Amino acid sequence: MRTPTRSAPFTHAGTSLGRIMGQVMVALVPATAFGLLQFGWPAVFLFATTVAAAAAFDALGLYLAGRPVADGLADGTAVLAGWILALTLPPWAPWWIGVTGAGIAVLVGKHVYGGTGQNIFNPAMVARVALLVSFPVPMTTYIAPVPLWEAAAPGFVEALAITFGGAQPVDALTVASPLDALSTALHGGAAVPQARDAVPALKALLTGTVPGSLGETSAGLVLAGGLFMLAVRTISWPIPVAFLGTLFGLAEVFHQIDPMHYPTGLFHLSAGSVMLAAFFVATDPVTSPVSRTGHLIFGAGAAAITFLIRTWAGYPEGLGFGILLMNAATPLIDRWARPRIMGRDRNGRPLAGGGGP
Amino acid sequence: MKLFSLRGGLSLAGHKGGTAGRPIRVMPAPPVLHLPLRQHAGDPAKPVVAEGDTVRRGERLAESAGPLSAPLHAPAAGRVTAVRPETAPHPSGLPAETVVLETAAGDDEAPLAPPVEPEAAAPGEIAARVGDAGIVGLGGGAFPAAVKLDLGHHYALDTLVINGAECEPYLTADDQLMREKAPAVVDGARVMAAALGVGRVVVGIEANKPRALEAMRTAAGRLPDGPAVVALPVRYPMGSERHLVQVLTGRETPSGRLTAEVGVVVHNAGTARAVHDAVRQGRPLTHRVVTVSGGAVRRPANVMVPLGTRVRDLVAFCGGLRADPARLLAGGPFTGNPLPGLDVPVVKGFNGILALTADEARERPAQPCIRCGACVEVCPCGLVPVEMMAHIRKEELDDADTLGVRDCVRCGSCAYACPSHIPLVQYFAYAQGRLRGLDVERRNQDLQRVAARERQERMARLERERQEKKARQARRRQQQDAEQQGGEAPRKADPAAAGPVADQGSRTGS
Repeated sequence: MRTPTRSAPFTHAGTSLGRIMGQVMVALVPATAFGLLQFGWPAVFLFATTVAAAAAFDALGLYLAGRPVADGLADGTAVLAGWILALTLPPWAPWWIGVTGAGIAVLVGKHVYGGTGQNIFNPAMVARVALLVSFPVPMTTYIAPVPLWEAAAPGFVEALAITFGGAQPVDALTVASPLDALSTALHGGAAVPQARDAVPALKALLTGTVPGSLGETSAGLVLAGGLFMLAVRTISWPIPVAFLGTLFGLAEVFHQIDPMHYPTGLFHLSAGSVMLAAFFVATDPVTSPVSRTGHLIFGAGAAAITFLIRTWAGYPEGLGFGILLMNAATPLIDRWARPRIMGRDRNGRPLAGGGGP
Repeated sequence: MKLFSLRGGLSLAGHKGGTAGRPIRVMPAPPVLHLPLRQHAGDPAKPVVAEGDTVRRGERLAESAGPLSAPLHAPAAGRVTAVRPETAPHPSGLPAETVVLETAAGDDEAPLAPPVEPEAAAPGEIAARVGDAGIVGLGGGAFPAAVKLDLGHHYALDTLVINGAECEPYLTADDQLMREKAPAVVDGARVMAAALGVGRVVVGIEANKPRALEAMRTAAGRLPDGPAVVALPVRYPMGSERHLVQVLTGRETPSGRLTAEVGVVVHNAGTARAVHDAVRQGRPLTHRVVTVSGGAVRRPANVMVPLGTRVRDLVAFCGGLRADPARLLAGGPFTGNPLPGLDVPVVKGFNGILALTADEARERPAQPCIRCGACVEVCPCGLVPVEMMAHIRKEELDDADTLGVRDCVRCGSCAYACPSHIPLVQYFAYAQGRLRGLDVERRNQDLQRVAARERQERMARLERERQEKKARQARRRQQQDAEQQGGEAPRKADPAAAGPVADQGSRTGS
């Protein structure tokens, strides 16, 4: 029998970091599998490279910090960051994009701050934004989906050349993503109805048979993963609901005012990384507030910034910025959105007595 | 009855099946009983027996040592073989003064105290009897019950709540007691209501104890103004005093105050039964019901056990251990205390003895906090455990205080829900203890400051008086000189000018 060394409780819900990260990964499998199938071998290589690099950088970071490497890796946070980052990359991007991104995510995004739980910004979003700003061309070179089994798809060797050999994707295949297309058309002076012609139908956006990042194209499958996490309580509802609700609401308000210039709420929800961001990135516990009120503010804020950037700023996709800015606001939100303590008023003063007779 | 909601909390697997619904087993007194003099919150009792004395069952072994203390009675007839320090049933495993009683065959009971009629009792008479019977809170707190029955003199009370929530997993002692002794519990509640001078009695029982609810309702229904028996939502920590009051009455107890502040006093169901025995039959508290359970116990059971029985004997009475337990606890898994071993006695505050296997205790080394907020979501007190923990890690106790660490009732919900297995309650218990220590230090410093200031003022006054005296003498001398020059009165010494002024303020040393 062990000597008593600590206080109760001597029972536990049975959760652990590894288990939480495992649940998130399970939730990511459908969207990831779909992306890998539809974008073929180059996507498989890029994904494997990015995840492996994230794990390797995590091991390095843990080693340099003098922490147990196996235990640190086992919490799964680094692999998950690499995984999510890979899903946001253009599927035929060269290997060094994945490796650089993984390095930024894990070393700069996490270990520099002191490791798991200490970072202020979401590692995957830090890497994505850093890559987007540093390497705009490979980060915006999208391809039309060519499923693995189709003749037009690059073979294994051809794919090796694309990912590792610096071969340029065949020009005929490169296209704009839906948000790029809409953004370009709108900035070219077109109204939404015409601009929408450049954009795939809503159904295609939901199933994901459109050009886009490796694992983000299928809003439906990402949403399914998100709902799974809600069902097994990996995440709680306030962040995704506040995020999606605010984005939809803002888009609809502007669409009602001027349907010629502002696309519908449903378009905003189904395009780009919205679903991935709402369920898998904004809900990152480390970089989001801790209380329910805080979650609501955080989700709504990230969505509002995303909408602002998508609608009026230079980047077609504003999610990375929206989330990073709200990450920065998280300590403030936490301070402001504390629950009321039992027996005290909102300002922390003890309640007056004499509630009795 | 309208119920109010509880913030946060946990929905738990009960683990109560092993013991619920089986009759309470009565354990005969073992050959030797070990009765620590401190089985309650407050000062240890003063022994009134010595080595070699023979005592009868129910005879007093030790008397109350002050306003916050409780006497101790012999659970069996026998001979006192020693009054000596023995390992206390406390996580520290430190020794505490203990009466060792070798029990004798036969059942020689001391004469009972005359029953008290609650309706005709003088004010304070019931509380006095409860105090004489050595009754303490049997729900685990072990606070002397008489003190809590006296609160009517200091607060405007209107409600007595009988706590039958028993919200912790494994524990079924109160459940089983209410099923078997409902009339005694209900009567004890009425007696306590009379002592407190309140008109309303509410019994709160979690809805997962339908048989106890039924038995209590039947017993209450037999009386013209019997207590209201209320089914509570099954949610941990429903049995926490201030949470129970909130759910039943909607009244929120101010931070740092007693529930009496909002007109409510809470007593445990087992305590009510003990009060019934003491007041109606004149019997002191010498036995209690203990749930012996956990995966490592061969035959889990509720046992009516003589106080002072060693845990080893009690566990043996329940078939012994089937495996080496990962944790041996007194109380429930959420708020219980680890025991230093099997060779410690059962005391008044033990509602359970749990021998948990590693699978049940689920202990793991702590991982880094990922700020997931699970602790914030479950905290029934509205605290932010993650932030308090971060401050306490850095020894920033005042910040933790500002965040409300003293409002923590240590229910353990946060640590249970923490995916990183961080022992949050450990941090909060540490901070509460340190803050209490700091309070004492600060109070002492304030006293010293006051003493130092007073000394300064006193020294200044004495100095002033000395100067004035000097001036007076000088004036008088001048006068006398003038008079002598006139050739009249002889010169006289001034007695008040004699003797130096002693330094009286040096004891503060500051």
